[in-house]
Amino acid sequence: MNISLILEMAADAAPDRVGLVCDGQRWTYGDLLSAARGAAEAIRAAKVEHVALLDESSEAGAIALFGAGLAGVPYCPLNYRLADADLAALLERITPSVIIGDVARVKRLCPDERNLVLSRADFVAAAQAAAASAAQEGDEGEGIAIQLFTSGTTAAPKAAILRHSNLLSYILGTVEFGSAEETDAALVSVPPYHIAGISALLSSIYSLRRILLLPAFEPEAWIRLASAEGATNAFVVPTMLQRIINKIDEGASHDISTLRAIAYGGGKMPLEIIDRALDLFPTASFTNAYGLTETSSTVALLGPDEHRAAHKATDEKVRARLASVGQPLPTIELEIRDEDGKVLPAGERGEIYVRGDQVSGEYKERSALTADGWFPTRDAGWLDEEGYLFLSGRADDVIVRGGENMSPGEIEDVLATHAAIADSCAVAVPSVEWGEAVGVAIVVRPGHDTPDVADLNALIRGRLRSSRVPEKTLFVAELPYNEMGKLLRREVKKLFAD
Amino acid sequence: MKPGTKLKSTVCDTEVMVIKAGEGTIECGGAAMAEAKPAELGALSADFSAGTLMGKRYVDAAGTFELLCVKPGKGNLSVSGAALSIKDAKPLPASD
Repeated sequence: MNISLILEMAADAAPDRVGLVCDGQRWTYGDLLSAARGAAEAIRAAKVEHVALLDESSEAGAIALFGAGLAGVPYCPLNYRLADADLAALLERITPSVIIGDVARVKRLCPDERNLVLSRADFVAAAQAAAASAAQEGDEGEGIAIQLFTSGTTAAPKAAILRHSNLLSYILGTVEFGSAEETDAALVSVPPYHIAGISALLSSIYSLRRILLLPAFEPEAWIRLASAEGATNAFVVPTMLQRIINKIDEGASHDISTLRAIAYGGGKMPLEIIDRALDLFPTASFTNAYGLTETSSTVALLGPDEHRAAHKATDEKVRARLASVGQPLPTIELEIRDEDGKVLPAGERGEIYVRGDQVSGEYKERSALTADGWFPTRDAGWLDEEGYLFLSGRADDVIVRGGENMSPGEIEDVLATHAAIADSCAVAVPSVEWGEAVGVAIVVRPGHDTPDVADLNALIRGRLRSSRVPEKTLFVAELPYNEMGKLLRREVKKLFAD
Repeated sequence: MKPGTKLKSTVCDTEVMVIKAGEGTIECGGAAMAEAKPAELGALSADFSAGTLMGKRYVDAAGTFELLCVKPGKGNLSVSGAALSIKDAKPLPASD
């Protein structure tokens, strides 16, 4: 199986339907397939081991993704926000490659003659020029479709691998072919090097939903594009949603009433933002998706009806689900396990394990799967009694105080109930007595006085055990998040070291 | 039959991709499907002429076989004479 099947089927069923819009240019499914076949010719001729993208979202990403698939070469979109030294190391690891995008930067960082470096425009032109004589048949797709470098928080970035079979299993298991109306359009504003940016292309094309690419997220541009193209669907990360809401509250005048489905994920969504969004878009369907690169995107989701039920609920358990990531997909098995691998009952925190055809759990260097195919996600979480999944940080973020394990999430959840606290982050701080102890960084809600540390400690002592009481408390203007809305705990740790 | 194998009907336009398969002959329109299209199409059996639908997944009762229709046609799918049915999948909200 080959992921190019997705585009082939779309082009077969609706060759003249517009599949992708970027910078005012419109691409039909027929145009995209023809360009992808041309790109595959160019990639085969270049005799390379990867096809890399160092660029913002554009049609070139879609053409390269399917072109690489047809040619049987892994597609490897790179994070253009990386510092030069980090990017140079990755470029070296993927040489020889076809590299599309920032030609000057690639040549400066990796002047290796074996790479074929093309600007976006030159790549698209070359693909179109080769299209007429290109082969119709693609590679069998036994191999790797996508290689994505993980963010590498503790060591050198790992090259996560997704096979054609993983991605196709995900799409066939979650999307009904051609299910979108001809007027449907999905606004995609996540970067092309993120798994959500790739799965958005695959899902939208398979459902025949027109893709509206916004190359660089900016709230006003997002609202303008949604309005101009009549976007019906959108995927956002929490920070994007917050900025869009702020812009609307400032009185952004564009009509985005066509928007009826908003999916979000990539980081923790603050409760007040999703509550506000549910009020602001009273008829829209909200979906919270949880997934990882190594799982071909979504493995669990909280659906539209569950959002509405939780939003208005008086039952605390139902209300709490707004902070969950919902239930596993029907095609996914999910368990919470302790450090010894023992499966834990509902209500207990542990590491999230998943299994399913879409789960690769594979890196270029090794597979992380257990002998019976389970992938330890290194995410910590717990299930409530009806199987709703709650995340509580990374398993590596666990604070070990005198041999007792504690999750930052449980402390942060308690702090979140305090009226004056807008955001908080608990991390391990060195302790002479205990090895590690709890440090919390707190952002005070605007208009509130800085709370008394003794009162906060009493709040935590009252709800949790005394071992959870922070040894150090810092008040900060804001917490560090990456562009996908992920809290950078290692940066918070540094605050305590200073 | 290996997952990913593409099979063509020998009596109509139908093409499928094998998602999974066990022991048995995969047929369309009453005739065995093949990896290559024959020069001339055979006759469509009236008993297997309900047609296939683009993008639908077809399964047998035991769940041993699963085929994805990648090109629709006039025949319908069967395994060793037993008709396949469309796989019911609860629609999921778009999550990406």
